[in-house]
Amino acid sequence: MEYVVITFLCLGILLYFLLGGADFGAGIIELFTSTKNRSRTRKTMYQAIGPVWEANHMWLIIAIVILFVGFPHIYTTMSIYLHIPLLIMLIGIIARGTAFVFRHYDAIKDDMQWLYNRIFRYSSFITPLFLGIIAGSVISGHIDPNAKDFRSAYIYSWLNWFSISVGLFTVALCGFLAAIYLIGETEDNHDKRRFIKKAEYMNIAAIIFGAMVFIAAQLDKIPLFDWVFKNNVGIIAIVLASLSLILLWYLLLKGKTKVLRILAGFQVTMILLAISYAHFPNFIRLKNGDTISLFESIGPEKTIYSLGLALLLGSILILPFLGYLFYKFQKKEE
Amino acid sequence: MDDFLAARSQMALSLGFHIIFSCIGMVMPFFMAVSHYKWLKTNDEAYRNVTKAWSKGVAIFFATGAVSGTMLSFELGLLWPKFMEHAGPIFGMPFSLEGTAFFIEAIALGFFLYGWDKLNKWFHWFTGMVVGVSGLASGILVVAANSWMNSPAGFDFVGGKYLNIDPIQAMLNKAWFSQALHMCLAAFTATGFAVAGVHALMILRNSNKDFHLKAFKIAAIFACIGALLQPLSGDISAKDVAKRQPAKLAAMEALYKTQKPAPLLIGGIVNEKDKTVKMAIEIPGALSFLAHGDFKSEVKGLDQIPEDQHPPVAITHYAFQIMVGIGTLLLFVALIYFFTLFKRKPLTEKRWILKLFVFAIPLGYIALEAGWVVTEVGRQPWIIYGIMRTKDAVTPMPGIAYSFYIFSAIYVSLSLVVTFLLYRQIKMVPVLYNKPASKIPNQ
Repeated sequence: MEYVVITFLCLGILLYFLLGGADFGAGIIELFTSTKNRSRTRKTMYQAIGPVWEANHMWLIIAIVILFVGFPHIYTTMSIYLHIPLLIMLIGIIARGTAFVFRHYDAIKDDMQWLYNRIFRYSSFITPLFLGIIAGSVISGHIDPNAKDFRSAYIYSWLNWFSISVGLFTVALCGFLAAIYLIGETEDNHDKRRFIKKAEYMNIAAIIFGAMVFIAAQLDKIPLFDWVFKNNVGIIAIVLASLSLILLWYLLLKGKTKVLRILAGFQVTMILLAISYAHFPNFIRLKNGDTISLFESIGPEKTIYSLGLALLLGSILILPFLGYLFYKFQKKEE
Repeated sequence: MDDFLAARSQMALSLGFHIIFSCIGMVMPFFMAVSHYKWLKTNDEAYRNVTKAWSKGVAIFFATGAVSGTMLSFELGLLWPKFMEHAGPIFGMPFSLEGTAFFIEAIALGFFLYGWDKLNKWFHWFTGMVVGVSGLASGILVVAANSWMNSPAGFDFVGGKYLNIDPIQAMLNKAWFSQALHMCLAAFTATGFAVAGVHALMILRNSNKDFHLKAFKIAAIFACIGALLQPLSGDISAKDVAKRQPAKLAAMEALYKTQKPAPLLIGGIVNEKDKTVKMAIEIPGALSFLAHGDFKSEVKGLDQIPEDQHPPVAITHYAFQIMVGIGTLLLFVALIYFFTLFKRKPLTEKRWILKLFVFAIPLGYIALEAGWVVTEVGRQPWIIYGIMRTKDAVTPMPGIAYSFYIFSAIYVSLSLVVTFLLYRQIKMVPVLYNKPASKIPNQ
């Protein structure tokens, strides 16, 4: 059963990254869209993510519940030492979700829209940035349970070049996912071209920030390079990711839009796999070199058993229903 | 503000905020299902419009409730890491099931809100029902987790260690049923009165009478049934608390001395230093009856409980008085409403009843919040009753006061914006729903 629980944890994180990420990305795209095109972007985006965005964010809840039920030590270590970035991320989630709904359900469209839009765009940027910072901090080895002063315990645990690079990399990936997703959601050729352009920029940004992640890791003595390139799975994943990127751009030029999102999702999955495979089952790296591993910190047997059962049962109920939701609200070919 | 107090205040604020939104999110779908059903059966456009108008409110409240709930699942760890480290594996079961229920609710809501004219009409109705049922299930599960803190079960506490953990037994602890029942009825009553009151106000103003009258009737009937049943559930809760948490019961009634028979105090001013209550109305023997079903039985006072285990008496007592007082008032409103139903005169001509409902708009929620204060403050100083103290669970990180200020600002502004949005939705009813049906824009 512990494998079931860990699989669901990984699945939850992955799906949140892909679906929630595309969702955040839509806001990032809006942020980087020129003023004259914004309302068009907004409309496409609303049709694309309106019905599914709440469901997309459930994956975060699933992941966090698995963490605190099954791996309480990991959950509490993160809660204590990454309190501040978690808090900022939460504020971002609150601001973003409410602004998205408010701007649509305000019965009178007036100057308030300006405020909702601002909040939505900036929180769409800040939330994945801090999600990335948190993810980076977990493996960065800056978390220090023996820290004596406030700054080294609660600030430097996440405020370092590596974590920030991972944060920016996450933002770029989210934007990329969203741009690819939106290409398939619009009929208009002009809009299509705009989203392709956005996908290009986001792709370049992701490569730059990705390089930054590696440089920061080297400077910080984080063995990221070894994790990715010193084992076959890591290398294969990176090769597949690169191949799928080439294929993706080839298909994009050919005008095939629906397969793109699968490829983009695959590519991001491979990147995550490459980074995390060698690190698994270790979850948190601490400053003194210790690691907190999933297997060592797993909860008592009965808890894991019932948690696994609940997850299996839940997925039987959820997945078909969710699949139908995505299917039903896909853009209809006229 | 010291960090411990700040952490408690932030938690109270977050829960107090979340509870209103989640109650609306779990009750409104049932109102919608009724009016939706009536529309499908009678083809009366007014019911369709009522359903649509409500669904917009639900979308606003659901999103706000969902993000504040996400917030809470992190806050548990951010503020109370020591608690979560031990409690997570024990009381996590309802949370993992709740994750499923909530997920289904979100999916079903996607179908419901965006499915007008796109889905089979009965499947569409069914998705609305699923929103309600899964929302109610989430509510019950979360309350089951909370009731575990009041009535810990499913583990052995030996030498500071939590052994033999059984999450199922923890979920089905002794308090879950009475607490969940009380909470669900409160949700229906409070939301019902609030919604009915708003529509009553619009009827009094003579705007879109047909629309508002139909909406009013659906909400009012839920509210009144809830208000009638709530005292019975309160009685189950009181007897349960008397058995499991005598300190809480004593604080609720500011019973400093053990008495046989014990009187019920109504109102009064509590002096925590002198341990006295002044100017309260005493009903002899009534507390004995409420606690044990016997007018002559003994009720344990705070004198039998070590001083360092006393909850804050004044707050718990006042909150309890507010809850019971309002509950009684709403019971009378419900009785009056049922009585008038049997008379032939149309409701629109009995303006005083409508005014009564307008007056009751905030009351249900005030009672509901007061009830949460009773159960949460009454459990102090424990976070896990009898096992772990709240102050031992708080995060070691200093400066929580600042996070409390930030969250106060966020919650206050969110409340203002939501109120503002609702006001605008109601204001736009004549514009949105007076047109012929074919011209109503879909979303």
